[in-house]
Amino acid sequence: MYKIVTKKELNPTVTQMEIEAPLVANKAKPGQFIILRVDDTGERIPLTVAGVNKTAGTVKIIFQIVGATTFKLNQKNAGEYIEDFVGPLGEPTHLDGLKKVCIIGGGVGCAIAMPVAETLHDMGAEVTSIIGFRNKDLVILEDEFNACSDKLYIVTDDGSYGEHGNVCMPLERLLAGGEQFDMIIAIGPLVMMKFVVEAARPYNTPVTVSMNPIMIDGTGMCGGCRLTLNVDGKRVTKFACVDGPDFDGYQVDFDEAMSRGRMYSDFERHAYEDTCNLFKKGGK
Amino acid sequence: MAINPKKHEMPTQEPLARAKNFDEVALGYTEEIAIAEAQRCLNCKNQPCVNGCPVNIDIPSFISKIKDGKFEDAYNVISLSSSLPAVCGRVCPQETQCESKCTLGIKFEPVGIGRLERFVADWHNNNATEKANKPESNGKKVAVVGSGPSGLTCAGDLAKRGFNVTVFEALHTAGGVLVYGIPEFRLPKAIVAKEVQTLKDLGVDVKTNVVIGKTLTIDELFQMGYKAVFIGSGAGLPNFMGITGESLKGVYSANEFLTRSNLMKSYLDNPDTPIMKGGNVAVVGGGNVAMDAARTALRLGADKVYIVYRRSMDELPARKEEVEHAIEEGIEFKLLCNPTEILGYNNPDDKFDPKNGFVAGMKCIKMALGEPDEQGRRRPVPIENSEFILDVDTVIMSIGTSPNPLIKNTTEGLDVNRRGGIVITEDGLTSREGVYAGGDAVTGAATVISAMGAGKTAAKAIDEWLNRN
Repeated sequence: MYKIVTKKELNPTVTQMEIEAPLVANKAKPGQFIILRVDDTGERIPLTVAGVNKTAGTVKIIFQIVGATTFKLNQKNAGEYIEDFVGPLGEPTHLDGLKKVCIIGGGVGCAIAMPVAETLHDMGAEVTSIIGFRNKDLVILEDEFNACSDKLYIVTDDGSYGEHGNVCMPLERLLAGGEQFDMIIAIGPLVMMKFVVEAARPYNTPVTVSMNPIMIDGTGMCGGCRLTLNVDGKRVTKFACVDGPDFDGYQVDFDEAMSRGRMYSDFERHAYEDTCNLFKKGGK
Repeated sequence: MAINPKKHEMPTQEPLARAKNFDEVALGYTEEIAIAEAQRCLNCKNQPCVNGCPVNIDIPSFISKIKDGKFEDAYNVISLSSSLPAVCGRVCPQETQCESKCTLGIKFEPVGIGRLERFVADWHNNNATEKANKPESNGKKVAVVGSGPSGLTCAGDLAKRGFNVTVFEALHTAGGVLVYGIPEFRLPKAIVAKEVQTLKDLGVDVKTNVVIGKTLTIDELFQMGYKAVFIGSGAGLPNFMGITGESLKGVYSANEFLTRSNLMKSYLDNPDTPIMKGGNVAVVGGGNVAMDAARTALRLGADKVYIVYRRSMDELPARKEEVEHAIEEGIEFKLLCNPTEILGYNNPDDKFDPKNGFVAGMKCIKMALGEPDEQGRRRPVPIENSEFILDVDTVIMSIGTSPNPLIKNTTEGLDVNRRGGIVITEDGLTSREGVYAGGDAVTGAATVISAMGAGKTAAKAIDEWLNRN
C-alpha cells in the first residue's frame, strides 16, 4: 500500500497528488512514468512522473479525471492509500547537450512538460515554453512554468486567457521569425503532437514527443503499448514502455496511435458512467 | 494381479460445460483412483523416471507411499525436490519427461506420474494443518529477481538451506507466468497463492512492485547487502510476424490477451480492465500459450476460435493433453496455414465510423512441408495462389517472445547471447560474480519445469559458492 501524502486540485478536472514511494522517488527522472492501481481489483494505469521529493520520498503525479480509474483515484484523499505504485518505468527524456529548447505542453500534458522545463532551466539551457488549454478555468502550472522559462506563451482554444488559438501558432511565429531550437519537446494530446511536428517540419527542427498509449504491465511483457515508427522508409514496431515513452516525432505514426488509443472507448465510457453512478449512490 | 494396461483416466469437466466457464478442467484423482494408479508402478530397480524429471523427484518412493495410503509422507518425499508440486502436477509435460521413461510404458501406458503428483499436492493442501517449518537462518542474504517458476524454486531451495531470501516481483502479484500467463482453468490462482504462502512460511520475503533494472539495479542489490543474486525475470517482449495490419485494433499478443484475462481478471463480470470478447478469433501459433489463448477466448464467449499453425498436427509443440482438450472444446485447427496480412475495417464514407481500424479478417496462405531444416523439422513452404480470407474479429499472436532488455541494459558486464538471453554456465552462473540466472530469461520461452530445474541448479551453486566465500 502506498500513502497519498498530499492532494491538490489544480483545476476542476485535474488533480495533483504526492505519493509515498521512496524507491521510486530515489530513481525517477523527467520523462519516466509509473504504473498504479487504486484498489485490488483495479486496472493498471500509467502516469508520467510530474516531480519527486527525494528527502520526503514522494513522487508527484498529476492526472486528469477522464475515466473510471482516474475518477476512483480522485475520490481518495490525503492520508489514504492506493494499492500499487511501481516505477520509474521507461527511459528518461534525453536532455544532455541541449542549449536552447522549446517546451510545448497541451492540457494535462503540461504536468509532464513542466519537470522537463525545470531540469533544462537548472542545466542552464534557454527555455521557451508554450502551454495550451481549452479555456481559462483549465490553466494549470502557470507560476511554475514562469519560474523556469525564459519566455512563456499561454494559449487557450476559446481565447478566454492568453492568446486565442493553439500551441502551434506561437511556435510557427517563432520559427518563422528565425528562432532556432536545438530541440522541441512536445507533450500533450496525440493530435497536438502531430501538428507540432508538421509546424516544425519546414525548419527541420528536431521534435521529441512523449507517447502515452494503452499499457498493462509497463515492463516490456505484454506488447499492448506498441506503436509504429517510420525509420528510413521501413515500418518498425517499438514498445513505449521500454523503448519510450519519448520518440522522434518525425518517425511516429500518429494516425495509427490515435486509432489504437480508441480501442476500448466504448468500454471506458460505460465504466466511467457506472463508476460515477456508484459514487453518487454512496457506494464504495 | 494383472496390470491394468491403461492409466486411470483423469476425471474432467464435460467439454461443452467447461468451454463456458473458467473452473479447472481436470478435477483430479480421488484417493481410490490414486491408490489404484499407484499400484500400477512396477517399482523397477533402475528407476528411469527419476532421470526424466528435471528436478529429480524420487518418483518410485512417493508412489509407494501412495500405495500405502500415506499421502502426507508422499508429499514430504516430493517436497524434498520440488517447491511447487501442485503446479507441476498440472502443467508439466510429463509425457516427454518422467512418464516417457517409465518401464511400464514399454508395453503399456506409463504410470500417471503427473496425475499422482497433483493428487498428493492437492491432498496436502486440503488436509495438512502444519505450516512449513522455518529453517534456522545462516544470516546470509540472497536476492531473487522474479517470482515465476524459476525464482520461486530457487527461493524455496535457498530458504530451506537457511538463507534469508528476498524475492523482487515487478507486477502486483507473485507468481510470474503462473498468474499472468497460465489460465485459471488449467492452474487455479488459489493454488499458486498457496505455494507462494508455503515459501513465505519458510521465511521468504516477497516484495511486489519492484522492477529490477529500474526501481533497483543488480549492483544496488549487492550494496544493500545481498551476497548473491538469481535472475529469473522470465520472457519479455512478444514477437510479431511483421505483416501488415498487426497494429489494428483487435490484434493482441498472447501475453497481452492472457495478462488481461488472468492477471487483471477481465474474464469476470464487470471487470476494470477491458478485453475483446465474442466474435471470431484466430490464434496464430501452436504452443501451449496458443492453446491457452484459444481456450480463454472461447470461454470469454467467442463464436468460433481457430488455431492457425504453419506446420501439421505432428509438429504442434503444445502438450498433447492441451491439444486434445482444445479439440474437445471445439477449437478448430487451421493447420499448414500461415497469415500474410490482417485486414482492417475502413468506411470510406465516414472516417468517424467507430468500426474503422478494427480487424475485419485475416488473409492466410496454405503451406506444404518441404525439406527438413537444421533442427530436423520439415520446413513449411507456401503453396502458390492458395490465399484465402479467414473471417475473424480478433487475432492473437502467439509466436514466442524475446528476452526482456531491462536488466541487461542496466547491469554492466552481464553477457547476453545474440537473441538477448543471459549467458550462463551449467551451474547457472552469469558473467558477473555472484549473479546467477535461469528460466526463460536465459533460454527464451520454455516450460515451467525446465525453469524450475534451472532455479534448483542455481540454488545449489549459490549455496556452494556462499559457503566457500
